[in-house]
Parts: sequence; structure tokens; C-alpha cells
Amino acid sequence: MDFTVPSLNYLGLLPILIVLGTACLGILAEAFLPRKARFATQVGLAVLGLGAALGFIVARWGEAGRGLLDPYAGSVVTGTVMVDGPTQVFWLVIFGFGLLAVVGFAERRVHAGATSFTPSAAAIPGSQAETAAATAGLAHSEVFPLALFSMSGMALMVSANDLLVAFVGLEILSLPLYVLSGLARHRRLASQEAALKYFLLGAAASAIFLFGAALLFGYAGSFSYETIAHTATAHTGSDALLLAGLGLTGVGLLFKIGAVPFHSWMPDVYQGAPTPVTAFMSVCTKVAAVGGLLRLFYVAFGGLRWTWQPVLAGVAILTIIVGAVIAINQADVKRVLAYSSIAHAGFVLVPLVGALAVQSGLAAGEAGSVASIMFYLIAYGFATIGCFTVIGLVRSQGREATNLTAWAGVGRRSPLLGFVMVVFLLSLAGIPLTAGFVGKLAAFVAAWRGGYWWLVFVAIVGSVIAVFIYIRVIAAMFFAKPAGETTADIAQPGVATWIVLAVCFVGTIGLGVAPGPVLDALQAASSFLIPAGS
Amino acid sequence: MDYPFLTVLGLLPLVVAILVALSGAKAGRVVGLVGALATLVYAAGIIVYVKVTGHSVAESLDWLPIIGSSYSLDLDGMGLVMVAMTVLLVPAVLVAEWKTGFGGEGRFSSKTFVALVLLVESFSLMSFLSFDLLVFYIFFEVTLIPMYFLIGGWGGAARGKAAAKFLIFGLAGGLIMLFGVVGTTVLSAETGAVSLNFRVLATQALGTGWTPKIIFIAFFIAFALKAPMVPGHIWLPDAAEESTPGGAALMVGILDKLGTFGMIRVCLGVFPGESQWATPVILILALISIFWGALAAIGSKNLMRLIAYTSISHFGFMVMGIFALTSQSLTGAIFYMVNHALATGALYLVIGYLIKRRGSANVDDFGGVVNVAPLAAGFTLVAGLASVALPGTSPFVSEFLAIAGTWTRYPVIAGIAVVGVVFAAVYVLWMYQRLMTGPVTPQTEKHITSDLTWRERWAVIPLVAAFLVLGFWPRPALGEIGPTSEYYMQTASVIDPVAQIEGGR
Repeated sequence: MDFTVPSLNYLGLLPILIVLGTACLGILAEAFLPRKARFATQVGLAVLGLGAALGFIVARWGEAGRGLLDPYAGSVVTGTVMVDGPTQVFWLVIFGFGLLAVVGFAERRVHAGATSFTPSAAAIPGSQAETAAATAGLAHSEVFPLALFSMSGMALMVSANDLLVAFVGLEILSLPLYVLSGLARHRRLASQEAALKYFLLGAAASAIFLFGAALLFGYAGSFSYETIAHTATAHTGSDALLLAGLGLTGVGLLFKIGAVPFHSWMPDVYQGAPTPVTAFMSVCTKVAAVGGLLRLFYVAFGGLRWTWQPVLAGVAILTIIVGAVIAINQADVKRVLAYSSIAHAGFVLVPLVGALAVQSGLAAGEAGSVASIMFYLIAYGFATIGCFTVIGLVRSQGREATNLTAWAGVGRRSPLLGFVMVVFLLSLAGIPLTAGFVGKLAAFVAAWRGGYWWLVFVAIVGSVIAVFIYIRVIAAMFFAKPAGETTADIAQPGVATWIVLAVCFVGTIGLGVAPGPVLDALQAASSFLIPAGS
Repeated sequence: MDYPFLTVLGLLPLVVAILVALSGAKAGRVVGLVGALATLVYAAGIIVYVKVTGHSVAESLDWLPIIGSSYSLDLDGMGLVMVAMTVLLVPAVLVAEWKTGFGGEGRFSSKTFVALVLLVESFSLMSFLSFDLLVFYIFFEVTLIPMYFLIGGWGGAARGKAAAKFLIFGLAGGLIMLFGVVGTTVLSAETGAVSLNFRVLATQALGTGWTPKIIFIAFFIAFALKAPMVPGHIWLPDAAEESTPGGAALMVGILDKLGTFGMIRVCLGVFPGESQWATPVILILALISIFWGALAAIGSKNLMRLIAYTSISHFGFMVMGIFALTSQSLTGAIFYMVNHALATGALYLVIGYLIKRRGSANVDDFGGVVNVAPLAAGFTLVAGLASVALPGTSPFVSEFLAIAGTWTRYPVIAGIAVVGVVFAAVYVLWMYQRLMTGPVTPQTEKHITSDLTWRERWAVIPLVAAFLVLGFWPRPALGEIGPTSEYYMQTASVIDPVAQIEGGR
């Protein structure tokens, strides 16, 4: 058996390498720096690393005049990783929102000088060791490298053109998240339970994905997406293997997206995890999983579209309806947003099912499924990070107050932050002049033009139900009477958090009022590159 | 690029609203009123400019090319009268609600009220001016947000619930309409040149078979929820009851007009064939609205609800006039939209003064008011009779045109609708009788100690003057509306039925 040395295009991989390298540096800093210097160093490293990666992607974007970013772009690592338009966009989105989330990790002002992470994860909850650690002002500054590791996994996953690489990406993104979810400062038992639940279910999902990958290898004799696509079009293998592999790999990714019926981990994990981690998970993980799913379904299974479209349409309907209906009855704001996040996973699947102009082009200036999904995710990201940032600020008696009854009247007591929160919630609800509306519009147009007008109809019914979710929160913030002593207030955050809120606010309104240029750019970058000669 | 007359008109109230929010608690309402009057003057200036020079003030800017949407504004005859109605009603509401929020009864400060009213004005103006389906949809939809806070912020005890009901009905209708917008985009894209401009859409052959019919139904449901027509009306009485009188005047006077306005702009303008297909059902729904609203008004114990139900009856007449599709009835319906805002707006404001004095909106809590507050009683009578179309007031002209126009094509429907006019006289006169006439009751004597102040009078006088002048001299308004209804008749390619005399020749 001969072995070819893979040709690595380091320049193409540079954004991932920067983030991965920064994470490694962070680990070294954790080991060698004195305790006092660690926190600032880690924050600085994370921001610099992500900033450098973002800067690199943006700088190359400027050269996009030369076709698809040659010579950096295209097949890197012998066709197993593709750096094409969608990859670049997803990297930008993951690192961009990751940066916003990481800033939230560093917020210490509202917690009286401590982060929202536990001072000592190893101490038993409620024990003396825990109190001692808190008094000593210990902090887990390794959360920053963990987040960076997770992001490099996400970046790898959206660019993976090979089932094995996709699996490696999936694992790299998941493992740090399991740890991060268990690190909440308050309600630590719930947090640890969330971490365990997430780990067990996540590991099962990974195993399912791997099983599917193995079946597909058996079918096509390769992990490569193009080979699978070619074999499927040529009908040379056993259909049973192909369909089972398609289903199982799909389930593995749908789990990460939070699609029904693979959603049951989300409410508990979102509620138990520290709020900044929830923000990070709800946006970046979802973006990465959707990115992976898009490439897998459009590149590897593009020819089988008529097989998976009806199934995914069913999943989309279930996801939208279950997410929206259950969210209405939640008493905890973080759970409300968890179910809303499930519903949004369903809305993302709507244009994905439509599969409009996935291979062929459209008339100039029209947006296909891929571009509208990207836009939807960006809109969702701004609003969701914004919402969770505000949630982290609503406090009573020194800790986060996430119960809706405690939220009574917070909007009236802090009109500015209340107003900002209303804008984020309206964007999630899809009200015009916010990014969320344009996202829904583009998504529904793509799905309808792909032939799924009835799915659009159901999705709109789901949107009507989902509106209740956000109105309930707005009504609690502005109209409800405070009940007794459990009232909360919005704490004044530090400058960095204000910047995050400002970015999310400007993004939400800006993309709602003038979405044209962004949509055009996304459409220009929306075709998947398939390596030649395979 | 030319000076954007219409964008400035639409954004002026928005800018003033921001200024109001930034100014002090007391200064806010002054800034707001000055801004609303400035908008009135500016709008009048544009109308004079257009009429004198004959220049077009249309604007168009590519906005969302992926779905063919452009930011297009224009001022046609229908838009012009709606703009005039809006800029006139808003200052009146601000003057009438001058003291709202100062007694500590509201959830927010007084200047917030003023800012929200101005936001409603800005968004409504933008939707009356827009000639792009998506831009129209967007502003149609966002008017809900300031109105939601207006209802929820000031008014009765159950206002939170009423506001939520208002918003949920509004958003549900809006999202049903979104389905229509998406569908129209797709159908337009299938013709090869995607555009959402109303004038372009009117020329495109949008699909065949059931698809355009379903899209039409989506639009109609959305507008019927807004306008509101029975059975989609159930949110309006609650919202009106819990709202402030000024808020209710804005809601039925301006916001609900977006429903009938949309029926003309979108249903007739974009889906004329489907409109004619659905006409029989819609006319029957309109008749049901006329009678349901009138009977419920007769049975109402609460004054705010009573007026809300009368509006539902009036909207029935408008819808009938629109879908009867004769140039007379359509002209009448459009004119009716303006007159209803003037008459019902005035009625809400005057009744609001009495409710504020009495501290109750219950019809039975009054009696003999004419003896203690003759001016209030007089204004109520004038506004009330105007709202039931007494000859000499402008609603008479429009109601006559709507019914007469309908008669030429659907004599049975028109004949039944005429009976609704009788019911209208009952609910207004009976209300007047119970409130104003008879001996002065002890409650009236105790609470209603003063007649209308000058501020209160000046809020209502412009509205009353407007519907009286237009009642005797409707020509300026009808001259504007006429070409618009001609345009929609041509789009639908229908001509007025020729009158025939039986046995004659």
C-alpha cells in the first residue's frame, strides 16, 4: 500500500491555525504565568488571536476579485478540507460571534469583580473548599483557551469535505463545551448536571455520526464527499448502506443544531451552563453544525435531494412547532430562549429543504438557499448574543435572576437596556426593520422558489406562535407588576460588554434596514467548491 | 438625486419623536406638538407644490434587489388624502391628550406618550406613501409596536391584556400577509423580472390557478383583521375600551385604515382578477360587518366599545364600496376612509373628555349632561351625526357614493346595506339620549362640573370644521380621489355598468 504525503496548503488553513495556536499559547500561559497575570493575558490572547484570524479572512476577502480566492483557496490538505466561499463566510461568522461571546466571558464588573465561572470547578458545591477558593479570588482563566479550541473545531467542521475530518471537527468543538457548561458560579449542581447530560447525549450523537460515516465508507469506499456523491449518482453500491449512512450522519449533526426530536438536551444545558457559555453555544455551535450539514447534504448527498427533502421538511416542521409551543409555557428566560433557539433551528432548515440554486446560479442579485441560510444565521447570532448578554446583567441579590416573575418591570427601571433587549427580541420574532425579518423573508423566498410553498406556510404559522414567546418577555419587562421581593435590576456592565451590546444592536438594525450589500456578498460567496479531478 | 420630499415627510415625525425623547419631561409635549404642526404645514406645502407645479415627487432607490424590492415612494390621489387625514388628526390627538401621563396614572412618562404618537404618525405616513409591496408591508407591520405601547401604557385597568391581544392579532395578520408577500415575490420572479413595485406588479401576469388565489386570500385575511371585519374584529373593542380616547382615535382613525388602504393597493391593484373572483363572499362579509357592528353598538354599555363597534359597521361600508368595483363606490369608499377618521376621531375625543370628568365610561353613569356641559353635548351630537352620515357632513357624501355605486352592480346588497344606515341612527341618537338628555342625575352633577376648556375645544374644532367644509364642498377631495379609482378600475379592466331602465331604450 503506497502512501502519499498530503500536500498542505498552510496559507489556506491559516485562520484555523492561528486560533488553534493561540489556544495552545493560552495553555502554556496557564502553566507558567503567575496567577495574577493570567486572566489579563488570556483575555488579551483570545482577543488578539480571534482578531488576527478575522483580519486575515477579511484581508483575503478584499482579493476576491480573482475568482474564488486562488491561490489560498480551494482544496487544502488533499481535498479533505475546502476553503471556498461558504467556508470563508462561516469562519467569519464563527470567529466574529465567538469574539463577542468571549468578551462576555471576561465581564467581571457586574459580578463584583469575579467572572460568571466558578472559582474552583474541582471543589464540591457548597463545600468549604469552594468558599475558600471564592475568598481567595481564584478564577478559571482556562475558559478562554477552551473556547478557542472549540472554535477551531467549529472552523474545521464547516470546511471539512471528508467525513473523518468532519468528525474530528465535531469532537474538537464538543469536548471543550462539555467542560465549559459545567463551570457556572451559582447553581453549580444544575450546571454540573447540564454538563453531564450534554456529554452523555453528545457522545451518543458523535457515535451515531461515526457509525453513519463508517456505513458510507462501506458504500463508497471513501470518506470523501465527492466520491460519495459520484457513487450515489452512478448507483454502484447498496442503497441500504447509503440511506442508513445518510440518516445517521444527518442525525449526528441535527443533534448539534438542536432539531426535534434530537433537542432534549438543549433546555437543560442552556439553563444550567454559565450565561456567556450559553450565548457562545447557542450561536457558534449552531452555525458550525448548520455549516457542516449544508456541505454534507449539498455536496455529498446533493444528488439524493429528493430522498432527504421530505424527511428534513418533516423535521423542520416538528422543530418549529415544538420549539415555539413549548417556549410559551416556560418560566425561566434562559429556557425560553433555549426553546426559541430550537424553533430557529427549524426555520434554518426551511430554506435548506428548499435547496434553491445550490449547484446552478441564479439571475444576478437573487439569493439562493445557502446565502439566505447564512444571512439568517448572522441575524440570529446578533440577536441571540445580545439577548444573552442582557440576561447576564439582570440580577437580584448578587446573582442572575432568570425567572420571568423576577423580570417584572426591569425594562421600566432601565429604559435603555430594556429598549435594546426589545430590539433583540423583535428581531428574533422577525419584525420588520430588524435583521431577523430580512432573514426570514430571504429564507422563505428561497424555500418557496425551491418548490416548498406548503413548508413556508407551516413555517409562518410557527412564526405566529413564536411571536407569543417574545411578547411574553417584553410584557414582563414593561407591563408586569413586580411581585414582592424577588424583583431584579439590570446591572451596569463594563465597557467591553457595552461594546458587545452596541455591535449586536447596530448589526440587528443595520442588517434590517440596509441588508442589500451583505446579501449580495453572501450570494457571491455561496457556491461550494468541488475539487477537480476526483 | 432630487430633494426627497416624501422621505422627509415620513421621517419628520420620527425625528421629532427622538427629540421629544431627549427633551425634558415638561418640554417634551411642547416639542411634540410643534413637530406635529410642522409636519402638518410641511405636508400641506408638498400638496400645494405638487398641485401648483405639477412636478412628480416620486422617489425610488434600489433596496433589496434579491427580491426585487426598491424603496419607492409616491403620492397618488388616495395617498394624498390619507396623508392629509393623518397629519390633521395627530395634532388634534396630542392637544386632546395634553395632560395624559401627568397624573401618574400611566406606566411611562407623558413625553413617552407624545413620542409614541409621533412614531405611529411616521410609520403610517410611510405606508401610505410607499409604492413597493415590501416597504408597505414593513411599515404596515411596525406601526403595531408603538401602538402596542400606547395601549399598554395608558388607559384602563386591563390594558396590558388588551394590548397583548391587539399585538397578537396584528402580528398574526402581519405574518399571514408575509406569506402573501413571499408568494408574490416568487410569482413575480417566475415572470422573469422580479419586482415588488405596485405599478410593475399590476402589469405582470402573476401565476394561474390556485396559487394567486391563495396569496390573495392571505392578503385579504391580513387586511380584514386590520380593518377589522367580522369575524376578525374581536380585538378592537377590547383595545379601544382599555385605550386612552386619543389612542383609540389614532387606532381606528389611522391604523385600521391601513387595512382598507391595503385592500385597494394590494388586493385590487395586484390581484384584480382574484378580487373579482372573491367579491360575492367579501360583499356578504361586509354586510355582516355592517349589521354586526351596528347591533353590537346598540347593545354596548361602554362608550369606548360602542364607538369601536360603530367603526366596525363603517368599515363594512368601506369594504363594500371597494369590492363593488364601480368608480362611484370606490371613490366613495376612499373618501369614507378620510371622513371616518375625522368624524369618529372627533367623537372619541369629545366622549373622552366626558369620560375623564366622570371617571367612568359606562353609558348609564351619565344623564342630563346637556344641562351642565352644553358644549360637550353639542360637539357629541355633531360628531355623532356626522359619523352616521347626516347630509351636510362629509360622511354623507361618501356613504351615499358607496351605496349608490354598489347599487349599480349589486342592487340587493346595496338595498340591504341601506337598512344599516337606520341602525346607525339608532345607536347614535340613543347614546345621545341616554348621555345628554333628561334630568341631571346626581352622578352627573357631582362629577361633570365644567364644560369643555379652550384646549379641549381647539382639539376638536379642526376636525369638525374639516368634515363640515367637505360636506358642503367635497370637490377638492373627490377631485383627488377620482383619478385613483379610475386607475384601479383600469387595472381590474372593469367598466361601470350602464344604467338601464326597464321597458325603456
